[in-house]
Amino acid sequence: MNAIDVQDVRKTYRRYGRRRQFATLKSALLSGGALRDLRPDETFDALKGVSFGIAAGSTFGIVGRNGSGKSSLLKLVAGIGRPTSGTVVVRGRVSALIELGAGFHPEISGRDNVYINGMMLGLTRREMAARFDAIVSFAELEDFIDAPVKTYSSGMYMRLGFAVAIHVDPDVLLVDEVLAVGDEAFTHKCLDKFAEFRRRGRTVLLVTHSLDLVTRFCDQALWLDGGLVRMQGDPRRIIDAYLLDVAGAEGRALAATASDAASREGVGRAASAAATDEPSDMSKAVEGRWGSKEVEIVAVDLLARDRQPAHLFRSGDPVEIRLRLRAHRHVTDLVVGVGIFNADGVCCYGTNTHIEGATSAEMSGDGEVSFAIDRLDLVDGTYKVDVAVHRTNGVPYDYHRLLYTLRVVSSSKETGIFRPPHRWDFSGGITIVGVGSSRNGATQDPTRS
Amino acid sequence: MLLSLRHVVRYRGLVASLVARELKARYRGSVLGFFWSFVNPLLLLLVYTFVFTVVLPGAHPSELEPFALFMFCGILPWTWFSSSLLESSTVLITSGNLIRKVLFPAEVLPIVTVLAGSVHFCLGLPILAAFLLYYRVPVTPTDLLWFPVVVLVQLTLTLGLALLLSALTVHFRDVRDLLSNLLTLWFFGTPIIYALSQVPPQVRQILNLNPMTHLVVSYQEVLFTPGPFTRWLPLLAVGAGSLFVFIVGYFVFDRLRDTLAEEV
Repeated sequence: MNAIDVQDVRKTYRRYGRRRQFATLKSALLSGGALRDLRPDETFDALKGVSFGIAAGSTFGIVGRNGSGKSSLLKLVAGIGRPTSGTVVVRGRVSALIELGAGFHPEISGRDNVYINGMMLGLTRREMAARFDAIVSFAELEDFIDAPVKTYSSGMYMRLGFAVAIHVDPDVLLVDEVLAVGDEAFTHKCLDKFAEFRRRGRTVLLVTHSLDLVTRFCDQALWLDGGLVRMQGDPRRIIDAYLLDVAGAEGRALAATASDAASREGVGRAASAAATDEPSDMSKAVEGRWGSKEVEIVAVDLLARDRQPAHLFRSGDPVEIRLRLRAHRHVTDLVVGVGIFNADGVCCYGTNTHIEGATSAEMSGDGEVSFAIDRLDLVDGTYKVDVAVHRTNGVPYDYHRLLYTLRVVSSSKETGIFRPPHRWDFSGGITIVGVGSSRNGATQDPTRS
Repeated sequence: MLLSLRHVVRYRGLVASLVARELKARYRGSVLGFFWSFVNPLLLLLVYTFVFTVVLPGAHPSELEPFALFMFCGILPWTWFSSSLLESSTVLITSGNLIRKVLFPAEVLPIVTVLAGSVHFCLGLPILAAFLLYYRVPVTPTDLLWFPVVVLVQLTLTLGLALLLSALTVHFRDVRDLLSNLLTLWFFGTPIIYALSQVPPQVRQILNLNPMTHLVVSYQEVLFTPGPFTRWLPLLAVGAGSLFVFIVGYFVFDRLRDTLAEEV
């Protein structure tokens, strides 16, 4: 039995143009038919056919970007407004934590406001009287409850609003991004209250940007994107996919800037006209390209597991850096090098064929070099790649400094640079639940499988 | 619509608390507090007494003496009527945040406005009674039985109009400006500062179409005019009409309900 059933729900908002804003009853009557003028000039689809069900007693999280329709959906479930089409069925009493303390009257006391707020949420005066002390002590406002609400600090105001809403004791609780209402201690109290809700088999629908909260609390998650359900299921899977997508958008933006930089520097053109001068101090070097161009790097690709060019990699994924080289004359002194730098400019890894023991090299015409990393064990972050061809003594043929960007995502946010494959084991009297091994397949310790 | 009405009945505790809050908040911080509810009509009565006994004596027939008291019988219910309509026409907009964020029947708000007005009306009654006694106006006791009926009819009419206007104002903001002008005309089109008997017969026909005419005249007959209450037939007709206005008002409100949260 589902506590909430949402069937193919669409919600279209009206967007009035300039004309409508200044329209009045008079103009409506003059232009013939007030009703006709009530029709909007433009419409905006906040939800474009959303369906899902939430089992009674489960905690359900909805994530999505700003403007994806989360709050609209929550309002429909709360019964504030009706869907343009489709049905929303909610079984049991609903309490919505959409805006805390909405409806508090500043002039009257906290006590009166608690009663009125509770009755607005559907309780009787007697039910409120029974809950009153619990509400006040939960909000920690015993000393101020008889003062007018206008004298409250914003934190006190929010706490009181939260306390009332949560003590309505609904069968279905709707929460919209309101947990950031108090200090640490109060937030913990709120989370404990949610946990208690779950234990008592109540349904909680949570809309939040705090993804951590979703993975910690929810049994199910739904990812809303542009008014449509993008994905639904296990919270961890949803959050990972969502993060990857958000990072992907960032990656596309990075790719755009990277290709800009590359084309600015003449990479990819068969013959580059001018090369920038080699900077005198490499440690201060910014992105750029220099060298004699006797051997030229004409193309650089970062390839993912499927050998498709990519900018976004998960920590632990394989990466292949592929260089296309062109020698304008026959050379017998050739070193190919690669370096990876993090956002702070720290070299995470650097190598070249000479360091690794190449004894002789020569090149003429065109050729390809592939530098494959089996596991990109870096922590979450944005990295820049250097590629270069030069002589053994370091004189560059073609040096591409920080021209290529790769984004590494990881579902856990460890610090540092290097993310070794690892696992936690506990024995004896220690129980720590939730960690153990790296969670996702890509970062699973290969020695364990 | 019936379902929505039942919903409102379920929220009667809220309505009562909100009315109490409205009154409490209004006089919060003022030294005289509730006493202002008495002072306002009292001052009004004193001013009218001054104008019509000192400045303009004899501007009205002798059977309307004391004239200030006669006027007061009409002004008190009129104030309730007009202030309720004016306030309820904007109540949904000023409480917009509440309607957008909390699920509760929005009709509670105009209803509370009208009921709070009725409390002020009731607080004016002791003043009226005191002056009736002071001037030894002969009130027929059986007439007083009609008094609650008149109040009830006026309440129904006011509620119906308040619901209609509050929902319409959300869509057409100029309803309130239209209304404030209309109410001025309406005031003079109602026999409050003159008696219906003073009006030429042709004009009286027109005034008879105004439901407030019958209500105000009923107040005057019950409280002021000697002799038994005779106008119960038009009163009951207005009562039936008021019920119709209420149903229409509520129906319109119910139809526009879903658009309120988006438009306020």
